[in-house]
Amino acid sequence: MKFVDEFRDPSAARALVKSITEIAGDTEWKFMEVCGGHTHTIYRHGIEHLLPENIELVHGPGCPVCVIPMGRIDDAMWLAEQPDVIFTTFGDMMRVPGSRGSLLDAKARGADVRFVYSPLDSLKVAVENPDKHVVFFAVGFETTVPSTAVTLLRAKTLGVKNFSVFSNHVTIVPPIKAILESPDLRLSGFLGPGHVSTVVGIRPYRFVPEVYGKPVVVAGFEPLDILASVHMLLQQYADGRCEVENQYARVVRPEGNTAALKLMGETFQLRPHFEWRGLGFISQSALKVHDDYADFDAEVRFSMPGVRVADPKACQCGEVLKGAIKPWECKVFGTACTPETPIGTCMVSPEGACAAYYNFGRLHRETALLVGQGAPVG
Amino acid sequence: MTSERLTPSASEVPDPEDRTRIRVEEFRKRRPRLVDEVITMAHGAGGKSSAALVDHVFVEAFRNPELENLGDGAVLTLPGGERLAFSTDSYVVSPYEFPGGSIADLAINGTVNDLAVSGARPQWISAAFIIEEGFSIEKLKQLAAEMRAAADVAGVQIVTGDTKVVPNGAADGLYITTSGVGVIPAGRELSPHMVRPGDRLIVSGTIADHGMAIMLARGNLDIEADIESDSAAVNGLVEALLAAAPGTRWMRDATRGGLGTVANELAQTAGVGVVLDEGLLPIDPTVLGCCDMLGIDPVYVANEGKFVAIVPAAEAEAAVAALRSQPGGAQAAVIGEILADPPGIVAMRTPFGGTRIVDMLVGDPLPRIC
Ligand code: SF4
Repeated sequence: MKFVDEFRDPSAARALVKSITEIAGDTEWKFMEVCGGHTHTIYRHGIEHLLPENIELVHGPGCPVCVIPMGRIDDAMWLAEQPDVIFTTFGDMMRVPGSRGSLLDAKARGADVRFVYSPLDSLKVAVENPDKHVVFFAVGFETTVPSTAVTLLRAKTLGVKNFSVFSNHVTIVPPIKAILESPDLRLSGFLGPGHVSTVVGIRPYRFVPEVYGKPVVVAGFEPLDILASVHMLLQQYADGRCEVENQYARVVRPEGNTAALKLMGETFQLRPHFEWRGLGFISQSALKVHDDYADFDAEVRFSMPGVRVADPKACQCGEVLKGAIKPWECKVFGTACTPETPIGTCMVSPEGACAAYYNFGRLHRETALLVGQGAPVG
Repeated sequence: MTSERLTPSASEVPDPEDRTRIRVEEFRKRRPRLVDEVITMAHGAGGKSSAALVDHVFVEAFRNPELENLGDGAVLTLPGGERLAFSTDSYVVSPYEFPGGSIADLAINGTVNDLAVSGARPQWISAAFIIEEGFSIEKLKQLAAEMRAAADVAGVQIVTGDTKVVPNGAADGLYITTSGVGVIPAGRELSPHMVRPGDRLIVSGTIADHGMAIMLARGNLDIEADIESDSAAVNGLVEALLAAAPGTRWMRDATRGGLGTVANELAQTAGVGVVLDEGLLPIDPTVLGCCDMLGIDPVYVANEGKFVAIVPAAEAEAAVAALRSQPGGAQAAVIGEILADPPGIVAMRTPFGGTRIVDMLVGDPLPRIC
């Protein structure tokens, strides 16, 4: 199997791990990877076990599917079950449990739920089905906002009448702040979000070193990116620096994508507050469709129940999302809560820490090392 | 690896993370429960939900020793001692024509392959058609001709059949069910229980072609790529393999659920660890590119002309050479090995030097966001 080999070269990895082990010394390090994409890479490539044991990677809140509260899923299902509605969504939202099952269940009961790869596909469905109303279930951090923004703009330009967006877009900085404020977590630094930063740039993270005294390295998603970023964080400590650095410079520009930011500003506006799964209400942490686009705002066009639903009792997703506990520390992990019968969101998205650990990481460290270093069988 | 580290019970283990891992393993070994009230697409996707459905509805109702093996085909012994393999499968693929094949050749190849990996020489096929009112007869003729051509290539005869027509809207064009019978030559014994630590895992060619071709042919992805289904009969390859590696333990065609599902079924039935080497998986670069783009793991993507064989290490080289000398076998490769520990688990050695688990797939592979 051939990969983007440059970023998955085992000899480069070994060299980095060696150097990391040296500068890490025997201090206990705890770095949080903010993005679910990082969590996925870390487990998919077995990075956790490659790092020395005194470096712990703590999984952060940057999994867009994971942070959606139950009430919003119930609203989505309510929308999907309205007459003459085609409800469109990204694939991995279909399995997220609400209080009455998931969108997949709604589909099995007869609702017209379709998965799409982009909001523009959803708009296409609207154009092809003029006698139906098509709703797009918009989720994601700043990474996915621009494509929803472009779609809103296109819908307005085309004068499409039967299309709306149910916005659940969230922003990355407020949860990072919430985590830094939480007393039970002693972090040594952050692997900053890669995809989000292509849009917002690296400046929004400056408060992390400046106010909270923690270094940030914006990291890419290939396994070597993760190792290189851990190395850069340790190097900052070794040099006595504390700043925002950009490991993912091949993709992320310091100022971000100004055109996308401008478009986002025109099509979305900040909500005063928004509920996050497990983290509760965070002010100015989410985006609603801009008043100028109210015709395309599902929350304006439909009177959804909008009921706040408490997370299931057993669910410790909030603690997992804050990095306060490891997935396996949740009492229902792997027994009552599995990818097939998820209780919480972190078990649904492939970027969720519980799913990543369940699917890829359930190996004893020694076994993992033995298997990983075994001679190729070829 | 020795068996010293074979999983102890949860209460004996001091480390809480290990305790959780053991508890999860114990839980995974339970037969899946059927909790749903209605059928969802996951019940047809070949993962745990399918297993639960078959267990709790069909095995429950039909119970008998042949069925309970839950193989790809039943192995039946005639009064004279000869053994037959008997298998059946339905084909509902949409769209019914796609690059590299159609529902017609799938219907033949799928059943032929189920028989072949049971160790049988496929011989006779039955075909039943459920046709939607309004379906073009010209098209039907063409599909029948394709079935005939596929049967000729595989060396089987279509000896009986049935036709039903349903009203417009009650089916999606055309569904085909085929059943097949093959004779198992005397002395051939294949079983997951013969698999031993140290054995090698061979795949007969590139993986993930069929599933990806279908995903693209559905046309709702904005991806243009030249990917063809691998739909083909593998009975020729199977015979070549068994001739070169008579000690072959077990085979399975890697259809729905892909290589990952087959490896998991093996690990669980045989109680062994299966290690796959990601760097050795034969996979077409275009297919891999599409999988990467969609966030889909190629080990779970369906194949329609590939099988997995477990052979003793000493015969692995000969087995691969024999496969490679056959048409359709050029990409055959050893891609993994069997270990005693960790039992019931499929682990992937990444080219990066790391290790991860390859678990059973849950539901259909759904592409991930961003
Ligand atoms: S195991 Fe399930 S309930 Fe527990 S934190 Fe993870 S996703 Fe949430």
